[in-house]
Amino acid sequence: MARLDSPQDIVEAALGAATTDGTVVIVTDRSEANLRWANSSLTTNGEMSSRSVTVIATNGSGGGASAGVVGRTVTDADAVRELVAEAEAAARAADPAPDAAPLVTPDQAGVGSDFALEPETTSVGAFAQVAADLGEAFAAGGPDRQHFGFAEQVVDSVYLGTSTGLRLRHVQPTGRLEMNAKNADWSASSYLAFTLRDPAEADVAAADADLARRLGWAERRLDLPAGRYETILPPTALADLLVEAYWESGARAADEGRSAYSGKLGERLSRLPLELFSDPTRPGLECAPFVLAAASTADTSVFDNGLPLPRQDVLAQGELVSLTGSRAYAASHETPIRLESDNLVLEAPGATGGLDDLVASTQRGLLLSTVWYVRVVDPQTLLLTGLTRDGVYLVEDGEVVGAVNNFRWNESPLDVLDRITEVGATERCYPREWGDYFTRAAMPPVRVSDFNMSSVSAAQ
Amino acid sequence: MPGVNAEFLALPLTTLADAALSRARELGAEYAALRVVSTRGQFLALQDLDLETSITSDDVGLAVRVVHDGCWGFAAGIVLSPEEAARLAERAVEVARASRPVSTERVVLADEPAYPDRQWSSPYETDPFDVPDAEKVATLLDLTERLKAGDGVAHTRTSFQAVRENVFYADLAGTSTTQTRVRIEPELTATAVDRSTGSFETMRTLAPPAAAGWEYVTSADTDLVGEIAEIPELLAAKIKAASVRAGDYDLVIDGSNLFLTIHESIGHATELDRVLGYEAAYAGTSFATFDKLGTFQYGSPVMNVTGDRDTDWGLASVGWDDEGVAGQHWDIVKDGILVGYQTDRAMAALKDLGRSNGAAYADSARHVPLQRMVNVSLQPDPEGGTLDDLVGQVENGIYVVGDKSWSIDMQRYNFQFTGQRFFAIENGRLSGQLRDVAYQATTTDFWRSMEAVGGPSTFYRGGALNCGKAQPGQVSPASHGTPAALFRGVRILNTVQEGGR
Repeated sequence: MARLDSPQDIVEAALGAATTDGTVVIVTDRSEANLRWANSSLTTNGEMSSRSVTVIATNGSGGGASAGVVGRTVTDADAVRELVAEAEAAARAADPAPDAAPLVTPDQAGVGSDFALEPETTSVGAFAQVAADLGEAFAAGGPDRQHFGFAEQVVDSVYLGTSTGLRLRHVQPTGRLEMNAKNADWSASSYLAFTLRDPAEADVAAADADLARRLGWAERRLDLPAGRYETILPPTALADLLVEAYWESGARAADEGRSAYSGKLGERLSRLPLELFSDPTRPGLECAPFVLAAASTADTSVFDNGLPLPRQDVLAQGELVSLTGSRAYAASHETPIRLESDNLVLEAPGATGGLDDLVASTQRGLLLSTVWYVRVVDPQTLLLTGLTRDGVYLVEDGEVVGAVNNFRWNESPLDVLDRITEVGATERCYPREWGDYFTRAAMPPVRVSDFNMSSVSAAQ
Repeated sequence: MPGVNAEFLALPLTTLADAALSRARELGAEYAALRVVSTRGQFLALQDLDLETSITSDDVGLAVRVVHDGCWGFAAGIVLSPEEAARLAERAVEVARASRPVSTERVVLADEPAYPDRQWSSPYETDPFDVPDAEKVATLLDLTERLKAGDGVAHTRTSFQAVRENVFYADLAGTSTTQTRVRIEPELTATAVDRSTGSFETMRTLAPPAAAGWEYVTSADTDLVGEIAEIPELLAAKIKAASVRAGDYDLVIDGSNLFLTIHESIGHATELDRVLGYEAAYAGTSFATFDKLGTFQYGSPVMNVTGDRDTDWGLASVGWDDEGVAGQHWDIVKDGILVGYQTDRAMAALKDLGRSNGAAYADSARHVPLQRMVNVSLQPDPEGGTLDDLVGQVENGIYVVGDKSWSIDMQRYNFQFTGQRFFAIENGRLSGQLRDVAYQATTTDFWRSMEAVGGPSTFYRGGALNCGKAQPGQVSPASHGTPAALFRGVRILNTVQEGGR
């Protein structure tokens, strides 16, 4: 453990030591740096590097193959040979895998040209400008606008090698800036967050100005009871609902009658011609253009590593056109299958205008900031519960007239899709609830009729 | 008992500590600690009889954390060499220096005695990683086949999680501790599908995650076989059960459900870092503000809640925490009054609370230790009754068993929970099951409505392996012991109506 070999050497050492029918090696070198602040002072900051190596050994061929999967922080080529031996022992002891399929070949994958390049890194120095801008925001806000938040940059350099000859590399920068401002007694709170590929994209001053504008809205405080309200969801809130809907859209569960999606393929889920899709080439949301699976799950397979990920539609013209599954599942079922991907986009063709335009055209309704603590209540309908957080505003005659109390809501995204009555232009957004797992989303602000605010929450 | 992991003890831990700490001292750190963490984890999942997921992983790394000129600094890496340990000490001091201009608070740590050269391990008999995978899978398959054979069980899902966490900690004050913790969670779920109506229901085993080894899966005390034998009939009754009428009900809540309500509405609400705003932009703050300490009526007078890191079965139990503080036991709510928080060393000093009660934890080397939830438990009434005694005090109510869905707001006021099964209570006796039930309340209304807690015979050792907090996100395990308890007038929702159907 006292030596750091290159990811490429780790991949080749593992493949060189392999003795079973197939081997997949994934090396992820992660470099990360972050700033965290509270009460207008930096708190826990850090700079970290780590590595995970996953060896997938397959035993047997085609549909009868078994797999053994072992992951470890491996720094040198000698240690990876032990890992290969463990994965192979696991594969030999295992029954045929339900998701078995021939490993992906270079012909299927297309050949990567950058495998030889070194891992990319970041450091706390990447946040020098953000830190300086935050210092100014802290000073400007004083006790009446206290700042809380988090800025992070994670750079994953992923190397994929297989016994079928794949040598692919993908560098994934994942960044975010989350800013929260509270008034002097913390009775009002505003929040904005941004999905960034690079900390240089951050505009702390502009965000601080918008946070201040929102705290201003909260200077007039109104109490509203539980009930169903016309509600404007900003992109982040819609993203949190639809990311959950996306994760729950597995083919096998639906085919077996144990999912809210059972029987829904081909159905129109929205009266508007909405397009919901993943696309690894989407500008600003670029993600791995091929499968990277360090473990098989209900709808993903280690056997599919390296398979290209094109644009894949979930909803086309508002109609559900596919469910998530592996290549093996697709081969043995008639269900139209998509592979799981790492970004999600909702668009209404031709839609224009932003959140302020939706507010301007609202007679009476609620404007949400974010949703929080979203959980499945009833899987039969995908009924979700959650809270509103960091600013619920009442809109009357096209203007925000004040802040109202928070609510607990109960809604299914599958029903919400059909109650969207107006859609703005799609923009990159940060899904707050799922941001630890999924950051790459682009959604429009939308107007939803009769959003079910189940009870009042006293949280501020 | 195997005790502290031998492989981990064989690493050059002291050499790494010397390299990191001497460099940090040279650079003027007021506090410096080296942690080396090696965590092995396994996750197995079976969908019906197919082994869907099988992954074993090892995460190894080292980190240096310093307080330098009143600022925290942190750096983490993976190469276990003295050179790297010294380099990380330098980087940590550099991060602290970079933070200085934008830090208005000065970090001071509460005092703690030094514990040189100590070892501790959680209780376990069989290291789950000493059991061949084939044996583990065969045991899980056997349990799954028993469940799947039940009448009306259309599908099953079985999961198994095991963790062995080794932590070495050494600081400038002379503390040096090496610890191993083992935890495990087997879980089986049956699904019934009614294709004619398009409806389905699930029911899951209630055996909680445990600070134990592989022996937990097969032990007679855990009794997975017994539990599995009862599930098909309970599930068949659930899918045929009447949909609940929404309204206010008296509830008898079993420990298998109440532990999670304790976790969310007491455990998180009494974390001092939340109270002070350190989690305000993420996990949230707390209604249980510092001015309420010692006077606030959290619940009814029968409510007594302790925090600890020293019960032998506790998932959060340790010998010393990740700041070198020894495991302790204290009151959080006494006779219904808020009397304590969970703290780390910086917050204990900041609020003049004396010694930290040792709640610091980091889930890996690459993450910063922070105040995490300890074992937070509701105490049974030593003279308290049985479950039947509690049910006997209810005319028209619901008995709630097993946890399922949970959600609570960012100040820990408004929560909503569902469960595995709900039985109507009519005239002091359990009746048939109800469907589509959720209970929703405000934390203090709920705990003040607690009329009685059950006796030791109703005690359940609940817990969770996946508690989330902090940015970057970290997971931590904690146990929650609790008796069954009786609550008056709690709001019950019908989840089908909530969905607008």
